[in-house]
Amino acid sequence: MTPPIRKEESFSFSRQTLEYIHHAAEHGLYEIRGLGAKRQLPTFDDLLFLTASASRYPLEGYREKCATKTVLGTRHAKQPIELEIPITIAGMSFGALSANVKESLGRAATAMGTSTTTGDGGMTPEERKSSKTLVYQCLPSRYGFNPDDLRKADAIEMVIGQGAKPGGGGMLLGQKISPRVAKMRTLPEGIDQRSACRHPDWTGPDDLTIKILELRELTDWRVPIYVKMGATRVREDVKLAVKAGADVVVIDGMQGGTAATQQVFIEHAGIPTLAALPLAVEALDEMNVLGEVQLIISGGIRSGADVAKALALGADAVAIGQGMLMALGCNSDHYTLEGKTHDASGDYAVIGTEPGFCHHCHTGRCPVGITTQSPDLEVRVSPDWGAQRLKNYLQVLTMELTTLARACGKSNVHHLEREDLVALTIEAAAMARVPLAGTSWIPGKS
Amino acid sequence: MDRVITLDLEKQTVREINQFLHHDLGESSARVEILNPFGVHNIAVGLDAPVEVDIRGHAGYFTAGMNKQARVTVHGNVGWSVAENIMSGEVRVKGCASECAGASGHGGLVVIEGDASSRCGISMKGCDIVVGGGVGHMSAFMAQAGTLLVCGDAGPSLGDSLYETVIYVGGAIHSLGADAREEPLTADDRATIARLLAAARLERDPGSFKRVASARSLYHWHAGADHKAYS
Repeated sequence: MTPPIRKEESFSFSRQTLEYIHHAAEHGLYEIRGLGAKRQLPTFDDLLFLTASASRYPLEGYREKCATKTVLGTRHAKQPIELEIPITIAGMSFGALSANVKESLGRAATAMGTSTTTGDGGMTPEERKSSKTLVYQCLPSRYGFNPDDLRKADAIEMVIGQGAKPGGGGMLLGQKISPRVAKMRTLPEGIDQRSACRHPDWTGPDDLTIKILELRELTDWRVPIYVKMGATRVREDVKLAVKAGADVVVIDGMQGGTAATQQVFIEHAGIPTLAALPLAVEALDEMNVLGEVQLIISGGIRSGADVAKALALGADAVAIGQGMLMALGCNSDHYTLEGKTHDASGDYAVIGTEPGFCHHCHTGRCPVGITTQSPDLEVRVSPDWGAQRLKNYLQVLTMELTTLARACGKSNVHHLEREDLVALTIEAAAMARVPLAGTSWIPGKS
Repeated sequence: MDRVITLDLEKQTVREINQFLHHDLGESSARVEILNPFGVHNIAVGLDAPVEVDIRGHAGYFTAGMNKQARVTVHGNVGWSVAENIMSGEVRVKGCASECAGASGHGGLVVIEGDASSRCGISMKGCDIVVGGGVGHMSAFMAQAGTLLVCGDAGPSLGDSLYETVIYVGGAIHSLGADAREEPLTADDRATIARLLAAARLERDPGSFKRVASARSLYHWHAGADHKAYS
């Protein structure tokens, strides 16, 4: 009798890979989706704090003062940005998000004394009114970009790229191009809108230098100018941004989110946030501008621990996008309308997914009313409810951050330092330039 | 104009001149002469007043960027991105313009009396651009709205990924970009061309132009598209 053939699942052709190949073969289409990288990557979870004991003196858990004030844009601007916390809200467009969500973000940021950021498509009156400190993005598409809104901004962010799709540009599919979105972007309603991958009026870093000067002239050198880049060749890119005159450099790691782009970009372009941050810090150090040019890191920041570790590695602040959307109920099985909870699982099923797996921002049919322009869905996030949820989330992150900082003996969150950290894995130790836990070994350094 | 104000880039910085143009013009209309530009960048950016500005010589990058209301004339050549993101008013270059003239312009009129280099009218969003000579490659790339009128020849890949901008070309077209196509010239087109020529103070036969517009085949993302067609 022939022995039965053993069942063995392939690592190279896992069930997930088989599903991908079958899908490609069946449809002849490559996948567009939202959110960020879902593959397993080294993250801030791979780092741990060496909090105080005999060799370090801690501060009392939540009573002693621990400063969180953060100042950005001190290099050239007459009016640097002064924030109460080092946690900012990343650029996300009206178009990708509903007007209610943009207003919620602005109100929460204002309540917590931090900034929020426009996105592709320009500035809406609602977000300007609701945001005490608003960063105005200058993107390659220049949709809705104009000098009046530029002068209303508290800072300008020149966007060269983002972590989810560095070098890839962007898209907003036709189902989200409502009459208002179309008008703001000067495009016909309902067409699939492409956001260019490069700027229309400058190409290289020498041109960028002059472009930044143009923006300074337009605003009479009043506001800081950030330069945001997706994390790829971080060391070189940060140096070029500094040389071009940036007041603040924003580095967005590959876990950063998007409203819609090709899956192949999301999972296969750029480097993890953990790897990008030390490269950016070293570049600033080598340019001798640490403390003069501030650094914001983004891309998959979720918790107060993430924020604390980012600051310990040398960031001046973090920016959060996806975490804010999740605080509003992204991937939740329900939404809350006028104080009542409603089951959303049926709406997930309609778009072919379920809570916990959804990355269907591109469809415009967000079951919890966040990434939509549909009137029947966007009411699922009211600005009052949304602002409170977001404020709560920012408050928790800040409390976790200060708790960790106090335990490390710091009276200011910006005093957290690399020496406070160890790594759980060799990969994280090499990327973060901190010792592997229980050793003094930093791969590549010692 | 009841006042003539003279500013001199040999004696003042571009910052001082822009500061004056932004804040110190006063209520009454004025004409401003800017002398000795010597290719300096960012001259007269961000104007928002019904002022006439004459730049006497060659100017650098981003001249008259984001202009509103003002009528700016450069009596020479300009560098990259003249009148980028223009909102209204008029920017006229008596000589030639380097790359990206009128990029992302939302409104108003840009006139280049000589030639314009590549990417002229890139991403334009409603302004009108008239070029007395020719334009370089990739002009009107991803242009969304407004009109580009080229009296001379157009370089390779004209109107690549065009949206709703209409292009008129008086000379030869080297090649069209993805999704751009030549269409018959109508009576409305001839009227538009005549209007733009008059505004630019150029004399040409409106009937001698070719019309280029979007075929709109890229308006909806189609991942299964034949990529060889766009290579």
